Amino acid sequence: MQRKPLFWLQLAFTLSVCVFLVVPVVLSALAGLTVNYQTGLSSGLTFRWVIEVWSGYRDTIFRSIGISLACLAVTLVLGIPAAYALAKKQNGFTRALEELLVMPVAVPGLATALALIVMYGGAGGFRTSWLFILVGHVLFTLPFMVRSVLAVLLAIDLKTLEEGAASLGAGFIQRFTHIVLPNCRAGIVAGSLMVVTLSMGEFNMTWLLHTPFTKTLPVGLADAYASLRLEIGSAYTLVFFVMIVPLLIAMQAVAQKPKQTFKTDEE
Amino acid sequence: MALRRENSLLIALLLPAGIFFCAFFLLPLVRLFLIGGEGKLGYAAYAAIVTDRNYFRSLVSTLVLAAGTTVITLIISGIAGVFLQRHSFRGNAVLVSMLTFPLAFPGVVIGFMVIMLAGRQGLIGDITLALTGEKLVFAYSMAGLLMGYVYFSIPRTILTVMAAAEKLDPKLEEAARSLGASPWRVVLDVIIPGLKPAFLAAGAICFATAVGAFGTAFTLATRINVLPMVIYTEFTLQANMAMAAALSFVLGAVTWIVLAIARQFAGGTVAAAG
Amino acid sequence: MQPVSIRLSRCGKTFPDGTRALEPLDLDIGAGETMVFLGPSGCGKTTTLRIIAGLEAPDEGGSVTFDGVDVTPLPIEKRNVGMVFQSYALFPNMSVAENIGYGLRIRKRPATAIRQRVGELLEMMRISPLADRRIDQLSGGQRQRVALARALAAEPRALLLDEPLTALDAKLRDVLRLEIDGLLRRLGITAIYVTHDQAEAMALGDRILVMDHGKVAQIGSPRDIYQRPASRYVAEFIGTMNRLSGQPESGGFRTAGGLLPWAAAPHAAREAWFRPEDTALADAASAPLSGSIDAAFFLGDRTRLFVSIGNDKPLVVETAERREFRIGETVGLQVDASRILAL
Repeated sequence: MQRKPLFWLQLAFTLSVCVFLVVPVVLSALAGLTVNYQTGLSSGLTFRWVIEVWSGYRDTIFRSIGISLACLAVTLVLGIPAAYALAKKQNGFTRALEELLVMPVAVPGLATALALIVMYGGAGGFRTSWLFILVGHVLFTLPFMVRSVLAVLLAIDLKTLEEGAASLGAGFIQRFTHIVLPNCRAGIVAGSLMVVTLSMGEFNMTWLLHTPFTKTLPVGLADAYASLRLEIGSAYTLVFFVMIVPLLIAMQAVAQKPKQTFKTDEE
Repeated sequence: MALRRENSLLIALLLPAGIFFCAFFLLPLVRLFLIGGEGKLGYAAYAAIVTDRNYFRSLVSTLVLAAGTTVITLIISGIAGVFLQRHSFRGNAVLVSMLTFPLAFPGVVIGFMVIMLAGRQGLIGDITLALTGEKLVFAYSMAGLLMGYVYFSIPRTILTVMAAAEKLDPKLEEAARSLGASPWRVVLDVIIPGLKPAFLAAGAICFATAVGAFGTAFTLATRINVLPMVIYTEFTLQANMAMAAALSFVLGAVTWIVLAIARQFAGGTVAAAG
Repeated sequence: MQPVSIRLSRCGKTFPDGTRALEPLDLDIGAGETMVFLGPSGCGKTTTLRIIAGLEAPDEGGSVTFDGVDVTPLPIEKRNVGMVFQSYALFPNMSVAENIGYGLRIRKRPATAIRQRVGELLEMMRISPLADRRIDQLSGGQRQRVALARALAAEPRALLLDEPLTALDAKLRDVLRLEIDGLLRRLGITAIYVTHDQAEAMALGDRILVMDHGKVAQIGSPRDIYQRPASRYVAEFIGTMNRLSGQPESGGFRTAGGLLPWAAAPHAAREAWFRPEDTALADAASAPLSGSIDAAFFLGDRTRLFVSIGNDKPLVVETAERREFRIGETVGLQVDASRILAL
């Protein structure tokens, strides 16, 4: 088909947006593997910076993984029952509750973190443990889990499915495990990926909540950007990309699940 | 009877999340509000954001920055998003993946991306040096921050626009064209009105994020005069807890209200991240 | 499986927002009987079914008994009823066979027994080749059969069907109506069937309960309901009714189109009601009534005429005459006087 000039104009525009987004990522990955970024690639490739990051910041990487998994566990336990309850009763009260629950996403992390500090900053053991960061991450990510599961639960005819199961003799626990959970699996998976990804990258709150002994990966990144040479910052960023990109790809794959097929009657 | 049993069950299911939320969000926010009034200004601290010349100036520059981010992001994402949704060609899916890929980059990393582009050792500097003999470096200024926020906002805005464009009925466009409308009139009369809710929702998120984000500004420079940085400085350097509390409470209220209003107009889900 | 008799006494339903969905109702459904609840949407028929199922509780004072045992406080999962939903409510996360076997799985039957029973039902519904299909791979008619099989698998004490054919197209509805009829007769199960389709109700019901705004309009056999409707509402809801206004006088009922020979017309009657099939064309010169043709639809085997008399709604008459009818033509009509109702 013959494309109009307008098509090529728009394509060129879209491509340049792509370049804008992708080029710095590539540059930073390269910088992390180059002996001297200032001199350029001619100075040769090296894993020296990556190794330096690994030995210096390994703990932040493991801590971030740990916190994001713990965050996932907590959001699953708190979020799925809450989403179910919100899906079952749709009225003014539950909508207000949902609105409230989403607030930590709307309110800047800085404000939430300060609020947590003024409230619990005096609780020594809690303030200095990684649990303090976990609390912040759960606040911020819980809405994503609830929203994601709730969206699926509202899309399926939950009420009738449950009535169907009840008519066959299933009690609440059986309905929940046999019918509700399997049928909102897509929402749980999407929500989980989102929670882990966001927790892994959370900085706004974590920067105020962390202590020198509870640094997470993004906190380490900010440190490195501020005080170390560009190559090390880049190598660190590269490590972060390596951890987060699989999650992002999985997220896109889940979002592009093929649509349901419908069959017509052949009788 | 059965109804009451079901209600108490639902309440029991909401309770864990509710308790967590009250203990770690609502109560701390109340505390934050009270502390905001405990400084030497008392509750007048809440007005300081408009009465104090310095705070007011940061408020204005924050809002201007956020508005700029929103407008630029919406134009870029509107064009690219509708284009990608409307035309199928080889490589379309790859482009969409690349455009939405930075979706969950944290603010600090975005800041670093801006440094890679417009920093002292950045690509733009190298190119301008080669072309004009002068090195263009703007990463550590408002312009750099603006670039970062646009970078951050493009992926999610494109996703929102594409989702909305998919739901636009192409028959409306065909009808408009059958009535003799030029392509520009179709854009003006059909596409933009059809995408308005999505633009509102996505724009509100851009705006709220740009008002409240902290990581990017922190990475680029501590001297950029936006509200989150001012709060951070009050908190750490001045140890002025009351002022930091009051300002961040106001900041939170502003973003929350912007999003709530957008949700009223746009319906559906509006939430910020970052 | 022993069919159960069901009794509702003083079962009303008021929703929390104050709307009265069902006026207190007394009803006996015999063991093995097929009872149809018929009425337009919002008449309370589904609410009544849901009270019997245990999905809704009746208002204070109402009770539901199965074979004389009060089951009012039992939720649906304890009542052992099979239910077919309008949207089928098949579980998308399970295959056809898993859906059918679910009730047995809940009852902790051994796997081999489940497999055997599921096989029987697949065969009975003639869907054996579909056993391993996912639900979203099924057509509407297939889903309907799976839903029926699933409801019957655990040998319920009663089968409750909530508009089971509404989601299907007309042709398929006819086929499945026949199948369901055969199934209910063969199984001898107590069945309650909710529908807004009078043809379905007539075909399937041993008795029909016609409902109107939460109240019973009439209850009786299909024949009773059709031939002796208790009210205008029932008469107009079931089949087609002709209505002619006029005054009783000696020897008949005076209408704008002539003297209707309706000797039994009650003194207060101002309208005569009769079915199209009791109305026939007659020679215009000698016929008691005459009117002019408003519209004529050629249906192939017969022609349906709309004949207007005075200011009344045009009467419907069907004729096997093969000639062409002109609009405006004057025709004579006669009515079987023994079939005229006053209402």
